[in-house]
Amino acid sequence: MSSPLLEIESLRVEFPGEEGERLVAVKGVDLAVEQGEVVGLVGESGSGKSLTCRAVMRMVPEPGTISAGSVRFDGEDVMALNTRKLRDFRAHSVGMIYQNPFGSLNPTMRVGGQIAETLKVNKGMKRDAAKKEAIALLERVGIEDPEHRYRAYPHELSGGMCQRVMIAISTASSPRLMLADEPTTALDVTTQAQILKLLGKMRAEEGMAMLLVSHDFGVIAQACDRVAVMYGGHIVETGPVETIYHEPEHPYTRALLNSVPELDSAGNVQRRAALAGHPPELSEVIPGCVFAPRCEHAKQECAGVSMKLEQVGSDHESACPVRPYADAGARGTAKAGKVEA
Amino acid sequence: MSAATADAGTVAPRRRLGIWRRIKRWPTTVKVGAVIFGILALAALFAPLIAPYKPNEIDPFALLSSPSGQHLFGTDDTGRDVFSRTLYGLRLDILLALLVTYVPLPFAVVVGALAGYFGGWVDTIVSRLADVFIAFPFIVLVIAVVAIVGPGIEGFLIGVPLAAWALYARLARAEMLVVREQPYMLATTALGYSKWRAIFKHGLPNVARPCFVYSTIDLIGNLILLAGLSYLGFGVQPPTAELGGIIADGQGYLLTAWWIATLPGLVLVLFGVGVGLIGEGISDRGLERGGR
Repeated sequence: MSSPLLEIESLRVEFPGEEGERLVAVKGVDLAVEQGEVVGLVGESGSGKSLTCRAVMRMVPEPGTISAGSVRFDGEDVMALNTRKLRDFRAHSVGMIYQNPFGSLNPTMRVGGQIAETLKVNKGMKRDAAKKEAIALLERVGIEDPEHRYRAYPHELSGGMCQRVMIAISTASSPRLMLADEPTTALDVTTQAQILKLLGKMRAEEGMAMLLVSHDFGVIAQACDRVAVMYGGHIVETGPVETIYHEPEHPYTRALLNSVPELDSAGNVQRRAALAGHPPELSEVIPGCVFAPRCEHAKQECAGVSMKLEQVGSDHESACPVRPYADAGARGTAKAGKVEA
Repeated sequence: MSAATADAGTVAPRRRLGIWRRIKRWPTTVKVGAVIFGILALAALFAPLIAPYKPNEIDPFALLSSPSGQHLFGTDDTGRDVFSRTLYGLRLDILLALLVTYVPLPFAVVVGALAGYFGGWVDTIVSRLADVFIAFPFIVLVIAVVAIVGPGIEGFLIGVPLAAWALYARLARAEMLVVREQPYMLATTALGYSKWRAIFKHGLPNVARPCFVYSTIDLIGNLILLAGLSYLGFGVQPPTAELGGIIADGQGYLLTAWWIATLPGLVLVLFGVGVGLIGEGISDRGLERGGR
């Protein structure tokens, strides 16, 4: 198999603390995205998933720094790019969309102009050609009456439409990788599904790979091929989406999945077990497994765990050596309730 | 159902409204302000056409005559028509106020925005320099400049921009600190745009709005300052018609010929109210837009 499109190795992101100490937000993350693959990065707020995503473009917010590790895109070391090449990389190879679709668009510019700007600056198009192409892009992302909407300001559009425009802008230069940082979180459920469908369509048409960051397992399950679960700056489990969903190995993944309310066969909401406690603060240093303080299967030796991912199945890795669910089989969901009963 | 139709519930895209339909959507404050400002500005602009007399034309047979059909605002002690002098005076005041308000504005906004965007030593230099100018009371600074340059409009033209840039730079800096962190600025980086494109194309238009709103208040302030300086004898020198000067001339006759000082004074007040109403309306609209 050829080398993956995106390869992150032992990535560390640090912030300077108030008393000169270093707060480590991302603690040695390994992650790979193959050509055309959609990888989900899931975890609670503060687990370091967004930072990992932004580190790919070397856009970690100040005063944070990428203190160790490497990011390779198509075999090229992103960390070693000079300013000019980095801008080129951002402009052509990777696209990015964010959580807040209103805020991502410049409120003082018409949306069409913002798409055309990308085409002019990054693809060297002439004014008229850029306008024509921008209207075509608006049409492609499913905006009706694109000639008309071309002249709209962001505040005249709904959140879903703004996100569509954002997708049009970030895919204008046909990037090979899309970084989607909680792209549907600010949208209502119907719009969420439409945006995910649109991203799926772009992926199918362009062969575009995607790193999808979300805290919502539903979104991940709908859109991804593979999932990486993050907790406290570590990836605790990775595997194909079905495997993670049905046979999670890591106690955290299982707890996360069990906290999602589901409907039983009669359509009643099944209250699921909420995970007690809260994710670790940046300043907390937990020896061994970072999840141990909240884990119902925690043992004494958990304090000596290295948080390295170990193979637990084909293409399935977990950072929990205790493996409390190794023989439990499929996770009992409401729909498959009989299995566990 | 196609994906886009379900996005309904969006605001219908604004058609290119005719100018009248657009004006109808203005808040009432802006409408009233615009009418007052419009009438006065037009009167000032076309003063040579409207004014029945030359500003310094003397009518020796109508000294201190009260308002009448012949002299709308009456005449002063040398028989000059106060209405004509008011129009010419307003014209000069508006012109000079516009000049000192809007010539330094772009410079100050750019400097402040750069300071806010880059931070570090750029910010330190700009902010400390601004502090120095803001530390002096505005009028004291202007009068100090007038004292150096000597009475006349030069002092006003140099002094006001010298002191006013600091406020705009500070305003733009503060605004840029907020704008810099907005996702759309992050997006410019993610799209590989240059810093300069990010600052000038995407940052500045968002920074400029509050500066423009403030400038309308500043415009009245500067106009009244000029009238004040001229009233004190530091500004426009007689016999050139200027509102402050006319008021100063009429002050001595307040009890016997009230119209000389009062009527030009009312025009000055009315102008201030008009511009103020427009500014208030714009800032309300600004809140409504930026509220999301």
